[in-house]
Amino acid sequence: MGIIKKYTTHLGAEFLHFILNVGRMGIYLFTCLFNVIKPPYKITPVVRQLYFIGARSMVVIVVTGLFTGMVVALLGYHNLQKFGSVDLLGSAVGLGLIQELGPVLAALMVIGRAGSSICAELGIMRHSEQIDALECMGIDPYRFLLVPKYVATIISLPILTCIFIVVGVFGGYLVAVVLHGISEGSYFMGMYDSVKWFDIRLGLTKSLLFGLIIVWISTYKGYFLHLNRSGSFGAEGVSRVTTDAVVLSSIAILVGDYLVGTIML
Amino acid sequence: MKNDNKDIVIEVKDLVTHYGDRLILDQVNLEVRKGEVMVIMGGSGSGKTTLLRHLLGLHQATSGSILLLGKDITKMAAKDLYELRRKMGVAFQGGALFSSMNVGENVKLPLREHTKLDDKTMDIMCRMKLEVVNLSGFEDLMPAELSGGMTKRVALARAVIMDPKLLFFDEPSAGLDPVVSAELDELILKLKSAMNMSIVVVTHELESAFRIADRITMLDNGKILITGTVDEVRNSDNKRIQDMLNRRPSDTVINAEEYLGRLTGEI
Repeated sequence: MGIIKKYTTHLGAEFLHFILNVGRMGIYLFTCLFNVIKPPYKITPVVRQLYFIGARSMVVIVVTGLFTGMVVALLGYHNLQKFGSVDLLGSAVGLGLIQELGPVLAALMVIGRAGSSICAELGIMRHSEQIDALECMGIDPYRFLLVPKYVATIISLPILTCIFIVVGVFGGYLVAVVLHGISEGSYFMGMYDSVKWFDIRLGLTKSLLFGLIIVWISTYKGYFLHLNRSGSFGAEGVSRVTTDAVVLSSIAILVGDYLVGTIML
Repeated sequence: MKNDNKDIVIEVKDLVTHYGDRLILDQVNLEVRKGEVMVIMGGSGSGKTTLLRHLLGLHQATSGSILLLGKDITKMAAKDLYELRRKMGVAFQGGALFSSMNVGENVKLPLREHTKLDDKTMDIMCRMKLEVVNLSGFEDLMPAELSGGMTKRVALARAVIMDPKLLFFDEPSAGLDPVVSAELDELILKLKSAMNMSIVVVTHELESAFRIADRITMLDNGKILITGTVDEVRNSDNKRIQDMLNRRPSDTVINAEEYLGRLTGEI
């Protein structure tokens, strides 16, 4: 009887915690978005964050984009060759990158490079009382710390996705045209014929949504380090919330990818 | 000192606070007068830092009220609290300096956010405050390049940059050697006389407390043991106070049944 009571209590506590967390995350997102649209707007902190989240992610985006395009073209070439349809390679690379691989892989790279560091930075700021210090100076941490990160991530991710796609198309070109001798016209015309505005809209919608998901989860986990249920603060707490932020954002991106696809296609 | 209502800048009435189910502060009452240094003392876990964080409006109280400059912060809207905080300065235990900004940028931050002063004026004000804390010329150093004492002094300079009416200082002596600690005490006294601020210092260092305090409040297990002048505290015949002053460990009477319960995990 005692064991049943213990587990029922535990289950109830877990459920309550889940509801509380979902509610808190919702209110947090709403507060952040409200502050994003509320004037006055400060440009300098946003530019600083654009440099950190956007410009400094360029190398990883270019390298990933290049190799993704190359792999897609390589696999596409070998598979399409079996059916004698190598002319479709350009459209396969273009559609694959624009609709799916560009937004998802660019988002996953940004999570690894910027999301984790945003979360760790805010976690350390919380731990070392820097966020409390801001509040005590009469400075709203939402406006000072979070708004620039929100704006910069939401702007950066679609741009990084576009760069990823362009570089990916170039990577595909290297494999398809330069290595395997497919005609340049067939590669690019296939892409031109099959990619519609809808596909680009789909890719951009995904990348905008992914930007919001990344900044929402990464900042939430770091900012509320002190509410971390495991009770660990300090170094262990920061490492735990950073891992949580990366895992949760990645899963949310993949689930979001499917949902957007279902709604828009 | 005249005990006039107008002179009271901080008034805590029947403050009760919890962390989860655990009672931290129990019916705490406290008054801080204009221009005085009030030292909040107590051992580890006595609730002194919690009391400070409630005075700063960083936590929600279970019941009771906290009046800062005549305004009840427990019932205040967030926007008004941010306004009020511009009249307060806080130096945190670890300094809480922003690691991405240098010393000068850290000190100027409140000015940059709350005023429309030009850069030159802000630079002059920053140098003036750094001069007060004996750190002029250190504007370009990053927080990582500062020693513990320097970090606390920069935090103090940042706390007083807006010439606040209330200054809060959390554990000024923690982690510092006796000489640097004594220098910080002198600095607090200098700020008090030069800027006529009301200062609340949280510390467990007896020597420091006796040196800087006009009055001392001693906390124990979330309750106030005494609030009085240095002499009143020193001459108190309360056993807990004397234990603390003479660094005597408290006599804990062990209840055998409870002890056994704790060991077996039944309690």
